[in-house]
Amino acid sequence: MSEIISSVVAHYNYWIYIALMMIGLYAVIGKKNLIKKIIGVNIFQTAIILFYVSIGAKKGATIPIIHHGPGGGHHETTASVIEASQYMNPLPHVLMLTAIVVAVATLGVALALAIKVYNQYGTLEEDEILSRIRIR
Amino acid sequence: MKFLGIIVVVITGALLVYTTGDFPSWSDPASPASTHVSPHYIEKGMHETAAPNIVTAVLADYRGFDTLFETTVVFCAGVVCFFLLRIPGRSPFTECQYRHKATGITVRVKHDRKMSGSFGEFERIDTLWTPHDLIIQTACRILIPFIQLFALYVIAHGHHSPGGGFQGGVILGASIILLAISHDLRTALDRLGEKAHAILCSVGVLLYAGTGALCMVLGLNFLDYGALARILHVDPVMARSHGILVVEVGVGLAVMAALIWIYSNVSSRGNYDEGL
Repeated sequence: MSEIISSVVAHYNYWIYIALMMIGLYAVIGKKNLIKKIIGVNIFQTAIILFYVSIGAKKGATIPIIHHGPGGGHHETTASVIEASQYMNPLPHVLMLTAIVVAVATLGVALALAIKVYNQYGTLEEDEILSRIRIR
Repeated sequence: MKFLGIIVVVITGALLVYTTGDFPSWSDPASPASTHVSPHYIEKGMHETAAPNIVTAVLADYRGFDTLFETTVVFCAGVVCFFLLRIPGRSPFTECQYRHKATGITVRVKHDRKMSGSFGEFERIDTLWTPHDLIIQTACRILIPFIQLFALYVIAHGHHSPGGGFQGGVILGASIILLAISHDLRTALDRLGEKAHAILCSVGVLLYAGTGALCMVLGLNFLDYGALARILHVDPVMARSHGILVVEVGVGLAVMAALIWIYSNVSSRGNYDEGL
């Protein structure tokens, strides 16, 4: 029993990302309003970002910025050897840093398309849009 | 449809929960993600690029192509918003509202083709609800220069402390958007016009790609900043640090301009007149 509990606790970052992902996926499938769908896509993206960033964590490690002496000290750090276990994994941070900004930019495109749809049909409800398409 | 959605979501969630047993546990230093390429970045990054912030070094140097195309995606998003929404020409509003600055009386003027901006004692306000909020306007006007100064620090110091082009660009863009929210869209567009959005966005991407092309001209691979050592008169490792800085400035410009571009198009539905 205690093994199961310790396993659940050791993976709790995955539970949170799965919960967020399910919320986002449900909003994309189940909601009829286009803006709510867009928000669902964003929650989904947040889940992915959380997944990646949590993978980069290391026990007892600090942020991936090499501790360097005053006055720049670009080449003086050769004296002390840099251990990979001292610093967090920088790669997921790099990937998610760009993904966050691209997510905002694509959110803008999605909202622009929603505005065009609203101008065309006067509504953002999916079923009403479909019925108006059929009438034409 | 909703029932079907719940079934799909629950099945997906169950499959994901089923696979979590194979994942490494939280903050495990021996996890696969931390054992292949990332130890090389951490241990050698400082000696190879002279940038203590490994995230920036990986972003702009080791994964330079990835970042170049991410910046291009942000640029494309700005262009797409512009082409989808922008309505060129006159404002579609046939009547505008003006507020007398001293008394706060609002006046509605029909068909003012000539007087579109503020004039004399009157200032133009949006037709929809716009409160005259002196505290918010003054607080934002005081805050915005410091926000922009901090953004410039984040860009320029990005390879020594937390920061970089994307973060600084977003902060810069947010400062202009804050101006548009606290005052109105026209004030923000007077400071940084529509042409400036397009030009800055393109210049940012061009600066990035141009740095890469310059490295090619100097005889090395695309985006291999070591080639810049010849024109900067420093050693190749330091040239990489400088190359990262130039590229980050390009990213910052592109992201800032794209965010403002998207905001002003989406918030005003493309007429650039009355926005949020």
